[in-house]
Amino acid sequence: MTTSEGAFLSVRDLFVRFDTEDGVVKAVDGLGFELERGRTLGIVGESGSGKSVTNLAVLGLHDPRHTEIRGEILLDGQELTGAPESVLEKLRGNKMAMIFQDSLTALSPYYTVGRQIAEPYRKHTGATRREARQRAVEMLDKVGIPNAALRVDDYPHQFSGGMRQRAMIAMALVCDPELLIADEPTTALDVTVQAQILDLLKELQQQTGSAIILITHDLGVVAHTVDELLVMYAGRAVERGTVREVLSEPRHPYTWGLLGSMPLLDSDVEEPLVPIPGTPPSLLNPPPGCPFHPRCAHVAEVGGDRCRTERPELPPGRGAACHLPAARQRTAFPQQTKPRPA
Amino acid sequence: MLRFLARRSLGAIVIILLISAITFLLFFALPSEPALMSCGKNCTPDAIAVINKNLGLDQPVPVQYWHYMTGIFVGRDFTVGHCPAPCFGYSFSNQQPVWGTIVDRFPTTLSITLGGAAVFLFVGVGIGMIAAAFRGTWIDKFFSSLSLVGNALQIYFVGVIALAVLVSGLHWMDNPAYYPITQNPGKWFMGMLIPWLVLSIIFIANYSRMTRSQMIEQLGEDHVRTARAKGLSRRAVFFRYAWRGALAPIVTIFGIDLGSLFGGAIITEFTFSLHGLGRLAVSSVSETDLPTLMAVMLVGCTAIVVANIVVDAAYAVIDPRVRLA
Ligand SMILES: Nc1ncnc2c1ncn2[C@@H]1O[C@H](COP(=O)(O)OP(=O)(O)O)[C@@H](O)[C@H]1O
Ligand code: SF4
Ligand SMILES: [Mg+2]
Repeated sequence: MTTSEGAFLSVRDLFVRFDTEDGVVKAVDGLGFELERGRTLGIVGESGSGKSVTNLAVLGLHDPRHTEIRGEILLDGQELTGAPESVLEKLRGNKMAMIFQDSLTALSPYYTVGRQIAEPYRKHTGATRREARQRAVEMLDKVGIPNAALRVDDYPHQFSGGMRQRAMIAMALVCDPELLIADEPTTALDVTVQAQILDLLKELQQQTGSAIILITHDLGVVAHTVDELLVMYAGRAVERGTVREVLSEPRHPYTWGLLGSMPLLDSDVEEPLVPIPGTPPSLLNPPPGCPFHPRCAHVAEVGGDRCRTERPELPPGRGAACHLPAARQRTAFPQQTKPRPA
Repeated sequence: MLRFLARRSLGAIVIILLISAITFLLFFALPSEPALMSCGKNCTPDAIAVINKNLGLDQPVPVQYWHYMTGIFVGRDFTVGHCPAPCFGYSFSNQQPVWGTIVDRFPTTLSITLGGAAVFLFVGVGIGMIAAAFRGTWIDKFFSSLSLVGNALQIYFVGVIALAVLVSGLHWMDNPAYYPITQNPGKWFMGMLIPWLVLSIIFIANYSRMTRSQMIEQLGEDHVRTARAKGLSRRAVFFRYAWRGALAPIVTIFGIDLGSLFGGAIITEFTFSLHGLGRLAVSSVSETDLPTLMAVMLVGCTAIVVANIVVDAAYAVIDPRVRLA
């Protein structure tokens, strides 16, 4: 079943479409990326660009009645698209796990934190109730909850926001997953707690060597935490590279816009923030050609009708999906707002 | 929890006292003359005065109220003899101790109410869960149309049809009647079955619709998705997470419906000529039988208030956010 060929996680030509009352939503439209063990991939993009949909597809959590998924998702050589529920259930929470954004709604208010952490452990390891509880205490302790042996019997509402997010991390890591997907894990938290949670994730990754996908719309979060970066727009990957490459030499006009519109954690220069003009396109009816063209200031530079008619492809490895000439892509980003990644 | 119960019980006692006092006052605001009931054909004003004295009706209203209420706890002495606690007086219409009548009637009403509630909760919530599990399929649509029909039905109407079909037509069952559960549980069950079904039918429609929508809402919640992301099966998530979340609103609505449940039980008593508290209440009003009316009011109110406290306590047990607040 498993082969050593290819990356640990390899997503190729992924399409996710939702059947809705208004029509077909093309939420993910030909996406590809790879991730190795021990590495962290950041996925950034405005809200609605398909980040969550992509990762829910990796876990196979979309409702098959309304969702069409095409393409390849290979985890450790095992094909996940179209895999039967019984197979996916054994992988979820075990080999691959997910941390969700809002820990208040993502945990059930009706069960204790300890029970919710112990549950996947019992299911996947066949541990007894007592062993699983012991494991839950251990995990809470590991993610830095003081008095873990007492707090294990608390309900989620008795935890602070930061502690709940830690508990959710404990829950995701309880079976030592090899792939951890964190979907905006710090968005609901204040800045100091954000940094603590990200440090915790990094630290745990060093212990376990798991692969992490960190989804965020905050480039500041990304700079210190991830190795590679994937920029998503309208369900497509528009730029890819190491975090240093993308942040210091962004090539796609959309990435330029993102960098210009966001404060960075460690930028000591007070730059005025410039929002990207316009709004993301409708995924019911995406524009032809480059999906960014209705908002792009460089359409004329490309010349002709190429931006409106011809879909730019993302080259393998470092690169951007844009018709601008490579030399122009490298020089166009205004130097004064260039961030300084660590 | 103890403080919650203490607080609620105190409130309950205040409510019961208030309602009993109002009942008492309303009775004396009526233009009727209770003594006429037991006076017969050759009534003279003197005879009425004697009766009024015997019944204690010659005393000021607050004094009478005081005697009545204290009698419940310590008993009362009448000219005819001692009435031990709990004494609710002697009926004006049949001169029997009221408490005996209540003890006689209460189990009927209690059986109808509890049994009916059990049936509609079990069937209604069950149908709602099935419909939610098979959302969008013909099963779901079938139950939706049924609930539209069920919603339009009335107890009296369904009752008459049930009697005509099940009892007179097919002879599957005997006329509904109350047999004490302590003597013959099987007979009790069969005698109550038609009243339960009839009382529950209007509620079943409501509860199945509500349960369905609550379950569907819960199935879309984040914590359900988290549970799936942990590797739990659809079934485990359905029962452990979605159902648990749907429970709290169902219990809340049940608490609100208690009033119409008791109302429905009274209509059911009339429909099937069962001798419960509902009929007793109505006859005590038409016969200006103050002690009986008071007793029914007190017992009825206490039952409703206690049921409300039980529902609230259940809610607190179900939702830890309420429990610990
Ligand atoms: N179950 C669904 N049915 C229909 N549309 C959906 C569904 N889930 C997400 N979408 C749409 O897909 C697009 C991408 O959503 P998402 O991946 O959540 O964005 P984000 O990048 O902010 O995580 C959005 O336009 C969203 O409205
Ligand atoms: S392809 Fe054209 S529209 Fe798209 S980002 Fe490049 S320049 Fe802009
Ligand atoms: Mg998202």
